[in-house]
Parts: sequence; C-alpha cells; structure tokens
Amino acid sequence: MPVNNLYRIEVGLREDQPDPAAQSLPAQFQSLGLKPPERVRTVRIFWIDGAFDRAAAERLARELFADPITEKAMVDAPVYIADGSFVRIPVKSALSGSAYQELEETVARYFKNRQYNLIFDLAEVTEISSAGVGVFVGAFSEAQERGGLVLFENIRTNIQELFHSLGFMDVIVLGESKRPTAAPPPRSVEIVRKAGVMDPVVGSIRKALLDRGLTADYIGTGRKYLFWGDLSDDTLRAAGRRILANESIEEIHLDKPAPVHRITGGVEFKLVHVPLLGKNDAELAEISKRGCLSLSVAEMRAVQAHYEKSGRDPTDVELETVAQTWSEHCRHKTLKGVVNFSGPEGKKRYENLLKETIVKATEAIAHPDCLSVFKDNAGVVAFDEKWAVTFKVETHNHPSAIEPYGGAGTGIGGCIRDTLGTGLGAKPIANTDVFCFGLPNAKLDDLPPGTLHPKRVMQGVVSGVRDYGNRMGIPTVNGAVHFDPRYVGNPLVYCGSVGLLPRDKIEKAARSGDLVVVLGGRTGRDGIHGATFSSVELTHESETISSGAVQIGNAIEEKKVLDALLQARDAGLYSCVTDCGAGGLSSAIGEMGEETGAEVDLEKVPLKYAGLTYTEIWISEAQERMVLAVPPEKWPALKKLCDDEDVEATTIGTYTSDGMLRLRYNGTQVAELAMAFLHGGLPKVEREARWNGPVEAPKTALSEVRPAPAAGDLGAALQAILAHPTVASKEWIIRQYDHEVQGRTVLKPLTGARDDGPGDAAVITPLLGNPKGIALSNGLCPQFTDLDPREMAKLAVDEALRNAVAVGADPARVFILDNFSWGNTSKPEQLGSLALTCEGATEAAIAFGAPFISGKDSLNNEYAVHGQPIAIPGTLLISALALVPDVRACVTMDLKKAGNAVYLIGETREELGGSHYHLVLGKSALEGRVPRVFLSVARETYAALHAAILKGLVRACHDLSEGGLAVAAAEMAFAGELGMQIQLNKIPVADAQEYRLAPEALLFSESPSRFLVEVAPEKQAAFEAAMAGIPHAQVGFVLKEPWLTIDPAAGSTRERTGGFLHEDINELKKAWQGAF
Amino acid sequence: MSQPSVLLLRTAGTNCDEEAKFAFEQAGASVKAVHVRALCEDPKELDAHRIVVFPGGFSYGDDLGSGVVLANELSQRLAEPFARFIERGGLALGICNGFQVLVKTGMLPGSSYRASGIGSSAHATSILNTSMPATLTFNDSQRFEDRWVTLRVEKSASPFLEGSAGRLVTFPVAHGEGKFVTRNDATLKRIEDSGQVAFRYCSPTGALAGYPENPNGSPHDIAGITDETGRVLGLMPHPERHALPWQHPRWTRQGLKEEGDGMFVFRNAVNHAKRN
Repeated sequence: MPVNNLYRIEVGLREDQPDPAAQSLPAQFQSLGLKPPERVRTVRIFWIDGAFDRAAAERLARELFADPITEKAMVDAPVYIADGSFVRIPVKSALSGSAYQELEETVARYFKNRQYNLIFDLAEVTEISSAGVGVFVGAFSEAQERGGLVLFENIRTNIQELFHSLGFMDVIVLGESKRPTAAPPPRSVEIVRKAGVMDPVVGSIRKALLDRGLTADYIGTGRKYLFWGDLSDDTLRAAGRRILANESIEEIHLDKPAPVHRITGGVEFKLVHVPLLGKNDAELAEISKRGCLSLSVAEMRAVQAHYEKSGRDPTDVELETVAQTWSEHCRHKTLKGVVNFSGPEGKKRYENLLKETIVKATEAIAHPDCLSVFKDNAGVVAFDEKWAVTFKVETHNHPSAIEPYGGAGTGIGGCIRDTLGTGLGAKPIANTDVFCFGLPNAKLDDLPPGTLHPKRVMQGVVSGVRDYGNRMGIPTVNGAVHFDPRYVGNPLVYCGSVGLLPRDKIEKAARSGDLVVVLGGRTGRDGIHGATFSSVELTHESETISSGAVQIGNAIEEKKVLDALLQARDAGLYSCVTDCGAGGLSSAIGEMGEETGAEVDLEKVPLKYAGLTYTEIWISEAQERMVLAVPPEKWPALKKLCDDEDVEATTIGTYTSDGMLRLRYNGTQVAELAMAFLHGGLPKVEREARWNGPVEAPKTALSEVRPAPAAGDLGAALQAILAHPTVASKEWIIRQYDHEVQGRTVLKPLTGARDDGPGDAAVITPLLGNPKGIALSNGLCPQFTDLDPREMAKLAVDEALRNAVAVGADPARVFILDNFSWGNTSKPEQLGSLALTCEGATEAAIAFGAPFISGKDSLNNEYAVHGQPIAIPGTLLISALALVPDVRACVTMDLKKAGNAVYLIGETREELGGSHYHLVLGKSALEGRVPRVFLSVARETYAALHAAILKGLVRACHDLSEGGLAVAAAEMAFAGELGMQIQLNKIPVADAQEYRLAPEALLFSESPSRFLVEVAPEKQAAFEAAMAGIPHAQVGFVLKEPWLTIDPAAGSTRERTGGFLHEDINELKKAWQGAF
Repeated sequence: MSQPSVLLLRTAGTNCDEEAKFAFEQAGASVKAVHVRALCEDPKELDAHRIVVFPGGFSYGDDLGSGVVLANELSQRLAEPFARFIERGGLALGICNGFQVLVKTGMLPGSSYRASGIGSSAHATSILNTSMPATLTFNDSQRFEDRWVTLRVEKSASPFLEGSAGRLVTFPVAHGEGKFVTRNDATLKRIEDSGQVAFRYCSPTGALAGYPENPNGSPHDIAGITDETGRVLGLMPHPERHALPWQHPRWTRQGLKEEGDGMFVFRNAVNHAKRN
C-alpha cells in the first residue's frame, strides 16, 4: 500500500502580474479607517492528502493549480519568497569543456535550498558550448516553473549572437529592471472554511485528479493574504473580520498556517424521545425554545394532544417534522390565519387574510391563461398552444444578512430549484433580482452592533447572485435596488426565476408504489434550523464537524441537476418532482407524500461526511437536491441517465398508500406520523391588526446625510435625485450579470445609444427564434408604506404594469407575484399595514385584470439596536410577467431623433408626499399628498398606449416614477444622447383647481400611470387619435443639442417666471452614474 | 454532403449550448450534443462529425481557473482523437469558455508553439516542452463583465473567416477572464505574423479600442485567434448570441437587420464542411 502524504500547495501570481484580488484592498482598508498596506499579494492554498510522491504533487502544482503564464506554485513552501532576494552568480571563465558541470552543480545547490531567484553575470564569458547553453536553459526553465526568476546580465555581443541563433534571446529575461525590489517580510493572514462548510472547488479538484489517475483522501482549499507595510495585529484582525473573511463560515489565522480541517468520527445511533406528555404550558414553551422549533404554546399543545391519543411521546425527528411543516416559512400561518383588523375605516375580521384578498383577486379575474396558480412551486401561465411560462420570486433575507455572498447565492439557487420543481420541471430561462439595503454611505461607527456595512452586504449579495446565476447559464435580465436606513440590519434579497414548461407537463402526483429518489447534491449539516443554529459552538481547533448555519451554494452541481432532470422529464421517467428547500427532505417528502404516505430509510441518503444523526439527515437544508417520485420500472433508465450526467441519484424509500410517514434508520423505526395530522393538525393563528394613520420613520444617524440642494434650485434638485442611490445607475451591478446567455434577451436591462440607459422592463423570447415574447418588470415603493399602505400597494401594482406596458407588453395579459417582507407581524401595527397592503394590491389587481399567480412572505424583519427594535419599512414587491405579442414592435426609453415630438401621457397632480424630491430636500415624509392611483383611468391609458405601440406610432417610451417628469426626461435624453425641451404649461393636469401647479410639482410629482412618449412628426396625428379620451398632450420636442430645457411656457425666461431648468445632459448623466 | 454534422461538446457547467446549436442549425448543420464523459468512452464519435464546438459556460465551475479542469480532462483523455480530428480537416470552434479550454489544452495557438525551438539541448527541450505558450487571464477591470463590443475581422486563411476580412461586427462578451496573454513578446509576434489573429476589439468606427471597447485589456486588442491551420478558432465574444437581428442591443435605434452579425462564422464553417 502506498503511503499517504499531505501536501500543501501555494499558488500565486508571478511578480510581474497585477493581482486583481489585491488591488482594491488598500482602499477598502482606508474606507474602514484602517492603516492601508503598502502592497498586497494573494495566495491560493490547496491541501491534498493522497498516495503519490512529491514529484507528482509538484507536477499538479505546476500544471493544474497554477496558470502556466501568470502564476507560480510551491509545494510545502511559501510561493512568495519573503524577502524576494536574488543571488548573483558571476560566471567566471569561458564556459567550455567541462566547466559547465561546475556551474550546473552550483545552480542545483541553490535550487535545493529553494533559492530560485538567480542572476547570471556573463561579463567574463567569451565563449560557450552547447552543453553550457543547456545549463542556462535548464536553470531558466526550472526556476520559472518553481516560481522564481533567472536574469542574465552583461552578455557580450558574440554570446548574444549565439543566443539569438538558438532562439534563446527571445525567451530569457535581461537586465536589472525586472528584478523585484527587496522589502521587509510581509504579515500573513490565512483564511480557511470552518469544518463542514461547503466548498465547491473540492469536487472539481477531485475530478481533475481522477483524470490524471490520482485519488486523494482529503482535499481542502484556503487563501492567504500577504501585507507589506508594518501593519499592527489589531489592523489585521479588523481587516480580517470586516474585509477578508466572514467568521460565520471562515476562520482567520494571523502569521501562521491554517490548520487542516478533516471531518472525522461518527455518532452512535440512539433513538431519542422528547417527553411532552403531562407537560404544562411553560414547559412546552421551554421545549420549543430549546429545540429551536419555533412552535407556539398553542401549537405545542396540539402536538401534545395528538401524542396523548397515541399514548407515547414523540421522537425527536417526529417533533422536528411537525415544527418544520408548521413553520411560518412553509405554512404562512399569519397570512392564512385569522386577522382582526381595526382602523379609522372601521373593523374587519378575516378568517384567512390571503384567501380573502390576494387569492380572491385571482379568482375574481379568472384569467383564462392561468394554468396553475398558488399550488405549485411557481405560478404557471399559458404562453402559446404548446408552452407555458412559470414565474416565482422568493426572499432570502436572513441568510443574506449573515453571509451576503452565500445567502444571496443560495437564494437564487433555491428559486431556480423552484422552477425545476414546478410541474414536472420547467427550464429556467431568466432571473430577476431586487435588493433593499441600508444607505451605502453609512458611517461604520453608526452601524448597529453585529451588522455588516451596507456596502459590504451589497457587494456580497451582488457577487453571490452573479456567481450563481452566471454559472447556471441563466440570464439575469431585470431588477431594482432600493435604499433606506432601516434595511441596515435586515437587507432584503428577492430572487426571481422564469421557467419554460410544456403545457402537458404541468400536472404531477406521486403514486403509491413510486420510489422516493433524491437527486443531486449530498446531504451535510448545511443550514440545519437555518440561521437560528448558533455558530458559537464552533471552535478553531474543532476536528469534529461544525454546523453549517449558513448554506453555501454549488451552482455547477445544480446545473448538472438541471441538465439531467430536463432530459428525464422529456423521457417521462418520473411522476412527481419537487425541490429540497427549507425543511429539506422533511418538507419535500412530507409534501409529495401528503396524499399517499411515504416510507424512508434515512441511512440510504448519500452524505457529504459521516456523523449525521437521523434527524439531521431528515431536516438538513443542503443545497442542490431534488426529490422525485419514480415508478420502479423507470428507475433503471433514470439511474443510467443520471450516471451519464455525473449526477448522483439514490432511492431512499417508497410512496405508500396508508397515509403514514414512516422513517427508519438501519431498520429501526424512528418516526411514524399520520400525514393527516402533519398537514391538517395546525391550529389556526388569530392575530390583531391595527392601523393608526401615517407615521414618519425616526431620523437616525444612518439616515441620508447629503447636503440638500437649495430650495428653488430645480436643476440642483434634479441632479440630487439622479444621484440618489435608489434612482442612480446600477450599471456596475448589471454589467456583472450575464444578461445575454441563452440568446433570448431582446430588450436588455441597459439600453440606448451607449447601452447604458435604464430600461423599463426586460423582454425575452422564450422560444429562441420565435418573436413572441414576455416582459419582466417590478413595482416597489416601500417609501409610501408608512404613509398609506393601501395606496402603496396600488402604486406598486401600477408601477409593475406601467413598466411592462412602456416596452410594448399587452396590459390584458399581465400576471403578477406578491412578495411581502414585513416587520414583526405579531405587533398589531405591523399586521395592520400588511392587511391594508393586501387590500390595496387586491383592488389594483382586480381593476387591471392582472391576477396574482404566486407569492411569498418573509415576516419578522426586525433588528434590535440597544434594545430598540428597528423594523424594515413594509416592503411589497410586485413582479410582473407580461406577454409581448411580437417583440419586433417593442420600444425602448432612449430618445431616437431630434425634431420628434414628446408627449406626456396621464395626469399630473400635486403629489409630492413621500417623493424623492422631498427626500433629497430633507423634508418630512408626512408633508404633501401621497400619490394616488386612479385605477380605471390607468387601465384605459395602458390599453390605448399598447395599441399605439403595436401600430408602430411610438419611437421611445419611458414611465414616470421616482423623481417624476424631470428624472424621466433626463434619463431619456442622456440615454439617447439627445436633448429635450419641455413646456410646463402644456402638461395635462387633473382638474381646473390644480391647473396652476407649482413648477416643482409639475417637475417632480410622482403621480402614477404616466409616460413620456417620443413620436415622429408624421405619426403625430395617428398617435393622438390612438390616445383619444386619454389624458395626454404634446409637451415638447427632441433637441439635437445636449440640453434638457424646461420652461414654464414658450419663450419665457428665468428672470420673468422662475421654474426654469436648463441642464447639460452630460452633467445629468454624470450625476446619475457617479453615485456608487 | 448536404447537412454537415456538428458535435457540441457538453460537460458540467456548459451553458451556451442552446444558442450555439441554434446558430449552427440556422446555418444548415445538424447538431448533436455529446457529454464529454460519453466522448471519453467512445472517442470514435468524433469521426461522425465535421465540426466540433466548445460552447461557453463555466466548465466545472472554472474552479481552478477558467477552463482548466476541462482542459485537463481533454489533455489527459482525448488529446490524440482531437489532434487526429483537426489533422483530418475537421473544424473546431471555441467560444468564451470554449476558447479558454482550447488555449489551456494548447490546441490554440497550436501544437508548434509548444516546442521551444531552442537548439540542441535535449534537456532544455524536455523541460520547456511542458510550458504553455499562452493563457487567458483576469480582465483588467478585475471583474466579470457583460457588454456588447465591436470587432474587426482580421485577414486570415481560416475557413471560419472566409471573405470577411475587414468587416466590423457586433457581438456580446460575458467573461471575467478574457485577457489573452502570451509567454513572451516573441510568441505574440509569431501569432501576429503568421496571421493567426482572427478578431480584434475596436471602436464602433473601427478605430483603436480603449476600455471598455476592449473589455478585458488584451494586448493588441486580440479577441480571438486561430491555430496554425486556421481550422481551430477560439474567441471570447459570442457570435452565437447574435444570430438573430433582435438580439442586437440597439435594434430599436438602428432597425432590424436581415440576420445577426454572428451568423457568418457559422455559415462559413458549415459551407466549408460541405465543400470538403
């Protein structure tokens, strides 16, 4: 038997290569008030324990781990020689005869001592043999491969000629200029994952080793930072915590090599019962709390009563299964519960809030294109005769607050799995993402303890979505980012996924006798009890497994699952599928077997490492897993297909017919639960809800601190709004997402003459080559929730529709999703605003004929600061999927041609309450009137505008939202690199009384249901005819000159009237682009 | 041969397969997607095809650098079959991650670059032989970027580029490691001098590109190269994502063309395969 050796391989960039990972670090130090390093180098570390010799390890280091051109690698030695020193070798005599042997030995001696930086001084060399050249070439190559550098100096002309003739002159490095300067030794910070935390790279290394005929017992990865410039321990520790590592999943080691974390050991099987019988309420509460079960006393009592009938205590896994099935996350107890509402409008009792509002809207509309709503993992609507499209948006807020990168990545990963688990499996064709963060300029000292800086959260979230979405090959085509100080402790991450599903693959059901098959990733301790499981129990020296409170995704594993699953779907190899998300196998099998019953042998579940208890196996939230119901006769074909795709598929049980859930571990029964109790035994939650009228969020140190523009300076106000992070360009985010993969994207998130203007909605063609499309858009306006939740909800629905209609979507075929993120709804005020939001959303959906097809809620987004809870603003995200009859009729928002007419569609009212104009002026949110949606007018407007777009009468169209007319006009202008002139007295206003609106109201009012539209002169008559009966007017022209000019009336001047705005569009664009 | 057959090489993390298949089919080819595992088991499968496409994506997550793990797999298990395939006159197209894979196997800029050409010392040659001539490394911007770029088709003997020299085309790029770097200036010069540069980034009017027109900082604005025979082409931008006129980012400004700019690459390949 060959003996195993543990090798530590370090890989770093060659000295002459820029280090992208290191370049931004000094500035990041500075932004945290830390002394910045003078120089930084990053090193990748790999540990491999395999039965091969050092030469093999060195070959791996050179050929596999290090890039052959840009990097160098070392085995069991630092890749960067601490002082970077060179040894000069004066080559004394004519290098002929056997003199070369002496030189060869000298070189070998240095190499043996790991001195790979050499200078050959050839001043005295007058002639040279081919063997002598061989020494130089050998030394040069070997040094290079070991990460060193061999320089040649003072080469005589004749020797140069010789080198030239051999081709060697082209290869070697000359001169002192290339020699790195010596520096004092750097400090090192090494970072490794805590034991048991998912590391996707390990699988790829294992695969690459296998291709080379090697195997390894253990593979691990880490990274090291080298800092030059005399930094203190405190500085390095602070940087480690705040910049370099996330201690929820990683360990930091200063100036010493990180230890290798191997997971060893197992657990002895022991069946655990939880004594419930005879316990009083206080004891039940304590049991729930201790076990992180999140079950209320009433719920614990229901469980107790159930087991009293059986005359025994539940096992631990039974109790966990009940807790998971009855959790808020899975059951939406609050939204589906009894709500007693009271407010100025009176009292109302809901037996089931969701059913009496959101679901009622969908039922009332009864849209013929709704194929499956509110029952599957995503809503399903008809696309054409053969195909359906699916849409789902989910939040992943709490995990993203703790570990933004992993949290956001697994957020999008989970949402993609929802698409895969819709019907018999939809193909994901587009992603959306919407984020809410604290203000990016928040001061570090002002942050509540335990929170990450909003900028770091933002960067982590964006990278997490980028790396998962891009690797999955799904375009991220649409999104939004909203900023408010109250999101500091609770950032919101909404991930959306659109799928394409054959209409004959919508229905699914597990059948008695089907096999329970788990497919995809292995099960580990990832995300057990989600974030509630404390990571305090982890210790640096821990050799046993630590918890994975935070889940880390592996996009490629999920891509493999996708590839295999869709082939299996088309081959008809299974009868039901769902994803393994929150609650793991417990949730997936519990749901799929609800009608049949199921038996599972938990020891059959493939594990990442030994040592999981049967309960952990059952409730683990390890990522990238799907659960299938497979008819036994189809199993061999499925297994073969999965083997071919390198996807693990395992039968772990059977769907039965007795309605019981039975779990076994190595033959011993560990759970026996009636599905009827599991799914029907949850007592109804009854809650109080109250609305007390508008409130203003308290100003805190985290609120906006920009200097407000001077009152009356409309140009400065416009610049300030454009530069507000919520309005400003998100190009730095969007560019990092692949929005073109799959070739479906017709209207991109960025648009215009330079592909950098803000598109209103993305348009994709689900069937490649077919011009029928869908538009994806969002409505999100939490700034109005505290002021008027009912109106806020209508505004959000209106905004989502408005954006879709602006690009050419059919307003009669819009389907929407509701995602609620709220504070703690056991507080009547929070639930009160939520109930009113549901009412407003319902009213708007019915008026527009736009049914809800799916939704989610995330309640309890509060963060305690000095004992004072800060709740997020109630945040309703409306996501819209709308049909586009022919994408070739679509329009974008950028101005197209000087001389074209500009129309304003829709009425402007004095609605500056909660506006961005007031926000940048620092005015109270309670000042002014909140915008109102006039639903029937809006509906007619959208129908008329859509007809005009279909007829080709519209060259550009942009919706008016944050910042009103002025911001929309500015965006259209700079996106099209053309100017615009607008006359305020032409703007359609609501009624005679409001006719004389102040200029700032006309410019910045956020009245909804409005558009700016560009129309070519020859189409004006037809356009006006198409808009007959709809409030509209020509308000100006497209200019060739790069100016946005807004005057009160034709020919008026600033001196005479005030309310004049004349801004260079390039300056406006600069403000809009310069925010981040 | 009426309908040339294209082998589309798939593996874990391949994700531009659908649009690559679509573009080749539009050009008149039939496309068979084959998993690299299946090809390893049966390398003769290659004989049934005239063109191989290495599509974009993140093969094996690019976990050890872009394309490295797949390049390792191909070098270890399929080097001979692919060498024979090209020798026989087959065409190979690597797009984005496929280009990265081709460079990291050494198929680009080609096998002749792997011998050092240094004189008599067998010792020297044996060591330098393992050295790769080029790589694709991190963008100067230090991050993944998705944007549309203008490219100039260079003068080349490659069948992929027939009759297209000097043309300006618009393709999207979407990559984080697209900067083409050679071991030394001599290698770069040789690639240039032997007409192996296939595409260069340029400004929309064809002038020299700065950032972001050259999105990754590639020296000499190199966006794509061929091997010595011209039958192996690799490029970072995505011609297959501009097969249809409405994929262009500014079609609402400029109007819809007959077809996407990228189609000529696929048509040329298919026509060449038909003729030969």
